[in-house]
Amino acid sequence: MSSKTELELARIEREHALFLLREMLRIRRFEEKAIEMYSLGHIRGFLHLYIGEEAVAAGAMQSLTRDDNIVATYREHGQALARGIAAGSLMAEMYGKSTGCSRGRGGSMHFFDASRRFYGGYAIVGGGLPIAVGLALADKMLARRAVTACFFGDGAVAEGEFHESMNLAALWKLPVLFLCENNLYAMGTALARHQSQTDIHLKAEAYGVISETVDGMDVLAVESAVRRAAEFVRESGHPFLLEIRTYRFRAHSMADPDLYRTKEEIEEWKKRDPISVFEAYLRELGMLADDDVVRIEAEVAAEIDEAVAFAEAGTWEPVEDLLMDVYTTTGLPD
Amino acid sequence: MPPITLLEAIRQGISEEMERDSRVFVLGEDVGIYGGAFKLTEGFIEKFGAERVIDTPISESAIVGAACGAAMMGMRPVAEMQFIDFISCCFDVLTNYAAKSRYRQGVGIPIVVRGPCGGGVHGGPFHSQNVEAFFLNTPGLKMVEPSTPYDAKGLIKAAIRDDDPVLFFEHKLLYRNPKIKQEVPEEDYIVPIGKAAIRREGRDITVVTYGAMVYTAMEAAERLEEEGIEMEVIDLRTLQPFDREAVIESVKKTSKVIILHEATRTGGMAGEITAVINEEAFEYLDGPVMRVTAIDTPVPYAPPLEEFFLPQVADVLKAARALARY
Ligand SMILES: Cc1ncc(C[n+]2csc(CCOP(=O)(O)OP(=O)(O)O)c2C)c(N)n1
Ligand SMILES: [Mg+2]
Repeated sequence: MSSKTELELARIEREHALFLLREMLRIRRFEEKAIEMYSLGHIRGFLHLYIGEEAVAAGAMQSLTRDDNIVATYREHGQALARGIAAGSLMAEMYGKSTGCSRGRGGSMHFFDASRRFYGGYAIVGGGLPIAVGLALADKMLARRAVTACFFGDGAVAEGEFHESMNLAALWKLPVLFLCENNLYAMGTALARHQSQTDIHLKAEAYGVISETVDGMDVLAVESAVRRAAEFVRESGHPFLLEIRTYRFRAHSMADPDLYRTKEEIEEWKKRDPISVFEAYLRELGMLADDDVVRIEAEVAAEIDEAVAFAEAGTWEPVEDLLMDVYTTTGLPD
Repeated sequence: MPPITLLEAIRQGISEEMERDSRVFVLGEDVGIYGGAFKLTEGFIEKFGAERVIDTPISESAIVGAACGAAMMGMRPVAEMQFIDFISCCFDVLTNYAAKSRYRQGVGIPIVVRGPCGGGVHGGPFHSQNVEAFFLNTPGLKMVEPSTPYDAKGLIKAAIRDDDPVLFFEHKLLYRNPKIKQEVPEEDYIVPIGKAAIRREGRDITVVTYGAMVYTAMEAAERLEEEGIEMEVIDLRTLQPFDREAVIESVKKTSKVIILHEATRTGGMAGEITAVINEEAFEYLDGPVMRVTAIDTPVPYAPPLEEFFLPQVADVLKAARALARY
């Protein structure tokens, strides 16, 4: 009897491991397709990619429930995908189509899907933090036992909003899980050049907020650290700050020539590629074979192709609707 | 000297002021090692050193607040907003401190806060705005927006030398536009703040505009010429205080006015200029003062929506033809 359970457990674990791998690959391939579509001119404006940081969103999202709230930044494709927003509606958003998750009005930096409690996609650095505090405040008032998970970059820590939000969340005892994606750079400015205290998690202490750090290149580590942190927040109703140490492999945005860090540094980090390292780990455990990789890649490729087809088939929002939703009333003035 | 872009003109202007006056320094996000998000301050850190070309954290309030403090001590800070949209993050220090310091305590705040503004690049709602109207209602702040390389260089120098806080808006569509490249004088010059330029003379209709919309107006004027309508194009260059004399002078000549700007309509520059025309030249008018502006919505990302949102040549033509019938 016991051997069967163990076998089942192992199978579930394997399934879960493959799921994590798949989630990271979905993000990677989605981003690669975004680059292609940007260079073809289908995606316009500013595009910030998540390549290198996949373990963060993929790991974290497994430890949050459907009832939890998500707040992210302009580098939010990974979170949106891992949250379960259809790749097609995200691709369509980047195309600017009305079938996009923000009706094409926002683009790459402004994904939003209230039905999945994905409250943006926000292009103002640090701007999401106070909003997260408010979501958690409402949850508390409404006696909803949900966690608000707020992603932000190391650069955002320099904004007053970070400090004001930490203080409020602690002072008002709000269930906010602050998830700092420390990728060592705020655009071209290295962490040590923009922070007097480079151990970001230590800042939490001043506000009486418990904090931890975790290796953001290790999807299992992220998953379990976020699980523990989210459980703490859910049980206690208090905030928590998790500093997730990661690295972006690509430039800050498509416009960035990436001249402020060395090729060697990037190559060094690429050795810790969250996807290939995890793949190798699973192979070593005998959980992953070539067939699996081929199958997963094929499934992911099909999903991305479908997303592109969905985006291309989408229509533009009619210009007559431009004024809709500025206020609750509708209609263009003459 | 070869013709230069508007971006290069601003770069030269700041650089020359830094050479001329050791109190001038620049600060902002990625202005140093990176050379600025639009590469406007490329090479500055090598030339002037990290003490005068200061890379800051993402802290707009503290950037402009620190600039104010340094300015009180006699320095001449030039602060960059990576996109002018982010100036909303330092609204307090600009409107309550910089704008009121001279009036309240007799100490001027000679800072320049500059950055790229405007749409047409599919930047979406937070990377495309024109912010002048947010500040128009705050006495104490000057506002400048050049449309040509010559003006850009002369105005940035004037802004740096000005004893009041100056917000300096740079339309990102003009930055590297090769069509507007211009030769600029080798010797030092400024373009005075508060003085408009007449880009094209005409007897029938005045268009008052600024920034990238100057080119929209010029194109419309060329088309109207074929229809026998002469349009006069006034480039304000300074939005606050704007050149009332130039506007009124032109209105007296043409009796018909269109005010054209890329910013949204309600509570914008156009409304203010209209009011001044009503007050000072009402009896000269032969028709209503007309506004051609962006529509009152956030800047949409979708390319067809953004194009519809932004004022186009066709919109100016429509207004001009309607006005011509009066
Ligand atoms: C208030 C504000 N200031 C500046 C910017 C321009 N900007 C966009 S992203 C960025 C760097 C942000 O770095 P970080 O928070 O570390 O996030 P990362 O890009 O590394 O994910 C900057 C300066 C902005 N979007 N908003
Ligand atoms: Mg960062």
